[in-house]
Amino acid sequence: MATKTYAGVTVDVNEEGYFNNPQQWTKEIAKEIAKEEGVELTDKHFEVLEYLRNKFNSGDALSIRGINKSGVVDVKTFYQMFPGAPMKKATKIAGIPKPASCV
Amino acid sequence: MSDTNEHPVKKVSIICAKGAIEDVYAALVMGNGAVMEGIECNLFFTFFGLDAIMKKRMDKLHTAILGNPALRLPGGARMPSLMGVIPGMEAMVSGMMKSGMDKLDIPPVSEFIELFVAGGGNLYACKLAVEMFKVKKEDFSEHVKDIITIGEFYEKAGGEGSHIIFT
Repeated sequence: MATKTYAGVTVDVNEEGYFNNPQQWTKEIAKEIAKEEGVELTDKHFEVLEYLRNKFNSGDALSIRGINKSGVVDVKTFYQMFPGAPMKKATKIAGIPKPASCV
Repeated sequence: MSDTNEHPVKKVSIICAKGAIEDVYAALVMGNGAVMEGIECNLFFTFFGLDAIMKKRMDKLHTAILGNPALRLPGGARMPSLMGVIPGMEAMVSGMMKSGMDKLDIPPVSEFIELFVAGGGNLYACKLAVEMFKVKKEDFSEHVKDIITIGEFYEKAGGEGSHIIFT
């Protein structure tokens, strides 16, 4: 199992850099992952990360449709906040596994 | 692995020429999947595929029973093709397909198109098919960017790491 050190904490990650143990995540860690991904985190970003983590913790599948309906952020803004591959980037920064859904 | 990383897909241009549920969704899933991966995407609708971007038709697509040998009943038995001639049968099967997709969080066509466009995807209608079917610009969803010729389609499809897919 691979590890990475963020904000002085060593965390377990898979070969793509996604957290194996979402419990190890903190906001400080998120800021450092975001830097690696080229994203500057704002309060709005943390709201989205919080939403994603809550969804994951309650065992719900993540989808782009769910994000749009979340009331937290609309899809267009979501794409702007995590440019490139938004779902992959956001889940990585949120310290949760990469979503396995096709939609 | 290294080879795929060195030559990533950067742009896909997808052509949808048919208007059955499965044809349209194949194009939309691939298109939406592309923008979610940060891949630039053009979706080009032509011939019967135009139904997918017409306001009044997009959420009323059907799947065929007649001539669809892979269609199965819920238990897995083959659906006799001739059942398709019974009035209302095709609508019922199409309704079942849609409710099945909704359970998987696959959105209706109109909503799927909104998500795709919000992600930066481009929608185009084929000029030739528009003229052939006498469709007006106002019949289309406001998300349709333009009505273009096949030549313009190829111009937009170019670039390094770009691919064209006919569904």
